[in-house]
Amino acid sequence: MENLQLVLPEIFLSLSIMFLLILGVFKKNSSRLVQSLSLAVLIVTAVITFNETIGINETKLFNNSIIIDYLSSLMKIITLLAAFLVLIISSNYLKTFQIFKIEYPILILSSVLGMMVMINSNDLIVFYMGLELQSLALYVLATFNRDEIKSSEAGLKYFVLSALSSGLLLYGCSLIYGFTGSTNFDVIADQLNSNEYALTFGIVFILVGLAFKISAVPFHMWAPDVYEGSPTSVTLFFTMVPKIAALTVFIRFLYVPFLNLIDQWQMILIFLSIASMLFGAIAAIGQTNLKRLVAYSSIGHVGYALAGVAAGTNDGIQSSVIYITIYILMNLGLFSCLLMLKRDNNYYEKIDDLSGLSKNHPMLALSLLIILFSLAGIPPLAGFFAKFYVFKAVIEQSMYFLAIVGLLSTVVAAFYYLRLIKIMYFDEQKEKYDTDHGFWLKFSLTASTLLILIYFIFPSQLIEVVSRINII
Amino acid sequence: MNFPILSSLILLPSIGALFLFFTKSDKKNNFTGKYVALFTSAVNFFLSIYLWILFDPTTSEFQFVEERIWIKDLINYKVGVDGISILFILLTTFITPLCIVSVNNSIKERLSEFLIAVLIMESFMIGVFCSLDLVIFYLFFEAGLIPMFLIIGIWGGARRVYSAFKFFLYTLLGSVLMLVAIITIYWLNGTTDVVELYNSGIDIKYQNLLWLAFFSSFAVKTPMWPVHTWLPDAHVEAPTAGSVLLAAILLKMAGYGFIRFSLGLFPAASEIFTPLIYTLSVIAIIFTSFIALMQEDMKKLIAYSSVAHMGYVTLGIFTIQQQGIEGSIIQMISHGLVSAALFLCVGVVYDRMHSRLINTYGGIVSIIPKYSILFMLFTLAALGLPGTSGFVGEFLILMGAFKDNFLVAVIASLGVIIGAAYMLWLYKRVVFGKLINTDLKQMFDLNRSELFILSCLAVPTLFFGFYPDPLINTIEVSISDLIDQYNFKLASKT
Repeated sequence: MENLQLVLPEIFLSLSIMFLLILGVFKKNSSRLVQSLSLAVLIVTAVITFNETIGINETKLFNNSIIIDYLSSLMKIITLLAAFLVLIISSNYLKTFQIFKIEYPILILSSVLGMMVMINSNDLIVFYMGLELQSLALYVLATFNRDEIKSSEAGLKYFVLSALSSGLLLYGCSLIYGFTGSTNFDVIADQLNSNEYALTFGIVFILVGLAFKISAVPFHMWAPDVYEGSPTSVTLFFTMVPKIAALTVFIRFLYVPFLNLIDQWQMILIFLSIASMLFGAIAAIGQTNLKRLVAYSSIGHVGYALAGVAAGTNDGIQSSVIYITIYILMNLGLFSCLLMLKRDNNYYEKIDDLSGLSKNHPMLALSLLIILFSLAGIPPLAGFFAKFYVFKAVIEQSMYFLAIVGLLSTVVAAFYYLRLIKIMYFDEQKEKYDTDHGFWLKFSLTASTLLILIYFIFPSQLIEVVSRINII
Repeated sequence: MNFPILSSLILLPSIGALFLFFTKSDKKNNFTGKYVALFTSAVNFFLSIYLWILFDPTTSEFQFVEERIWIKDLINYKVGVDGISILFILLTTFITPLCIVSVNNSIKERLSEFLIAVLIMESFMIGVFCSLDLVIFYLFFEAGLIPMFLIIGIWGGARRVYSAFKFFLYTLLGSVLMLVAIITIYWLNGTTDVVELYNSGIDIKYQNLLWLAFFSSFAVKTPMWPVHTWLPDAHVEAPTAGSVLLAAILLKMAGYGFIRFSLGLFPAASEIFTPLIYTLSVIAIIFTSFIALMQEDMKKLIAYSSVAHMGYVTLGIFTIQQQGIEGSIIQMISHGLVSAALFLCVGVVYDRMHSRLINTYGGIVSIIPKYSILFMLFTLAALGLPGTSGFVGEFLILMGAFKDNFLVAVIASLGVIIGAAYMLWLYKRVVFGKLINTDLKQMFDLNRSELFILSCLAVPTLFFGFYPDPLINTIEVSISDLIDQYNFKLASKT
């Protein structure tokens, strides 16, 4: 029974989902109640995770199919907090489109549950279960504004492509099972025979599936369309939360069973990383829709996070975790700004809608300015440190090519971030936007901007948090 | 000395900016905002004078060193000054208040935001000159891009967007390689502390590539030919105060970087690449001087003359002679004063006539005599007339160059003549001649604040021209030690 305590967060979360579903069905007009309860559930789950699992040594449960260690606990907490923030700032947006329904928080909770299972997994089957649980919830979320044709299109597109990638991934799992006789990561690691080329194929298929989920080039095609079509609050969820889980699985999958094959997969990761950084930077230049632009920018940022994973060291893993954390913070701020571009129940998402923002809404423009410079990686803002740690880990392994290409693509990427700043600050002003935003939206914007701005005063804290991650 | 004087110098302008940020910016408060900014920067100036008085010029050790743990086990926040850096700090704190006074005439809207940008810029620039850790240096070096981008982009002229982008992307592109080099140095030596790196030296195998990476950043910032093209654009479009900051201080970061890092950390590589620097410097001196000769736009002409003057600076630094490096530093200080003054002079007529084209003017000597006198002084200082600070710098650089390489020195000396040609011709076309454009008669002479700023710049220009000893005393020991270290490391192959 001691074991159950360690999976208490997952158990609590799944029971709460069922309870909330029943509550929502039987009680009329309960969407507000369900929303508040979901927020409470996320926080309670995070607290339980923190209390029960953060301090303990690496423990494996249920026939070694689930692993609880510092990395998984940390990533779960980040996931839960990110989901909490997404949920709390999206309520006004949902109300505007009259899609403030009980299903929305419940779907978010289910996908978070799937992600937690993914993060915990030490077995291919468990991992696949988690992945499918989160994906199914995400398909529905993408189509959540079902009267809008673009939203339905986004959901369908995501579903079809994601199903394809899941198929590839499952095929990879079966190859690996066939050649090692097990789906368990530890057993695979023992049985590993690097002469089996089919194993490499298995790894490649699984990496393709994972790259699809994290939207790394060349498996990114779905991202811009889905990000653009989905309701903005869902796009926010897409750009932040699933990436945490996918990154964790990347780390776990590559470093536990296949560390000995590092020569084989390192090249693939370097390619994914370079391609994502360059493509994300170049393709974003021509965009006119802010959500599409964010999609390409997130592709680029995923490339940087993968560069850390490609380094093949604990330092590299820690740097990617730092990167993804800071990235989430910046994205939260960016989307809070997007959600503020509202006038007469209409949300504006074209780049030109930002024009002259600095004259009408100086504080909003200033926050966006700080966030954009941080995304571009200009010191002394938080985004610079994220890149600095990643490249520190990469250069330690003498991967100069990756580092130089990565840094050069930051220059290209700086161009489109600067363009947004130019439109805000140098162009003529337009009509004003509404200013009656909810408390939480203002809070998340202010908090994320301030954290980005003053991160350089206390950079050690975040390093201390991640320095306990020890995979190898 | 427990008072953290350098950190105060860095922080004070930012605190002033924060204060400005919280003052409401309507028309009336803009006025108070300006006094807040002026007060902060003036206090900073006096603080830096105090620093100069306390400074001990008889040693090349770093003084007023402050060290704190910043990122645990990785980077320490470390600042300190020696003879090489202290003058640049003084220059920064001297120019900034003058910039703030000058906005009276040129900046019409969003004044308090402009002042915030200038003050934050000052913080970063002082940070660059006193950081003793490579990462901290990089941080300040790059951070300066943000306020400068906004200064050019928001308050600039017609093609401001193009210029701001060009400025930002060029400099960023140059700098990212430096970041790679800094991280590499960290992995080679386990530290980015400049003092420790001076003592331990850097593995000779890596020096060439590291030198080139630093060079790519400094060359863009200097700017050296052929990556100088961002400078004329940025200067022309920036508002007067922006041009002044850019010319007087930002360009000096690179010269300072060459002395501090390229010579100090990579002596073997510096020796190898000296011919490259010589070639580029000589091309910069001759080629851009000819370009300057052909300019129609006054600001552009001065911008190109800046490139030429910085060519002398890089030439002087890499002679690795006492006179050469001393001359370079004095040339940088002098150029900081003179180019600032020249941009302000252009600003003065631009505010009145809204034209920077040379052929708009002509014969204004009788209309605005005070202006013409001061403009004359700075023109002569720019071409290096004896008795002005420009002469001291150029003379010492050429002396160093003659010791090291005769041919280069001869060609560079020819550049002085072209320099005299374009400056005097500019002056002749603007100030003398027949008064053809009758609109010019509407012009009024310098107002009080303009007169004040230009006189403030004229005094040190003349003073250090006749009596450069205070400057030379400050830098002498540090430079001779730097050269000794350089030769020692070169001999012992580290």
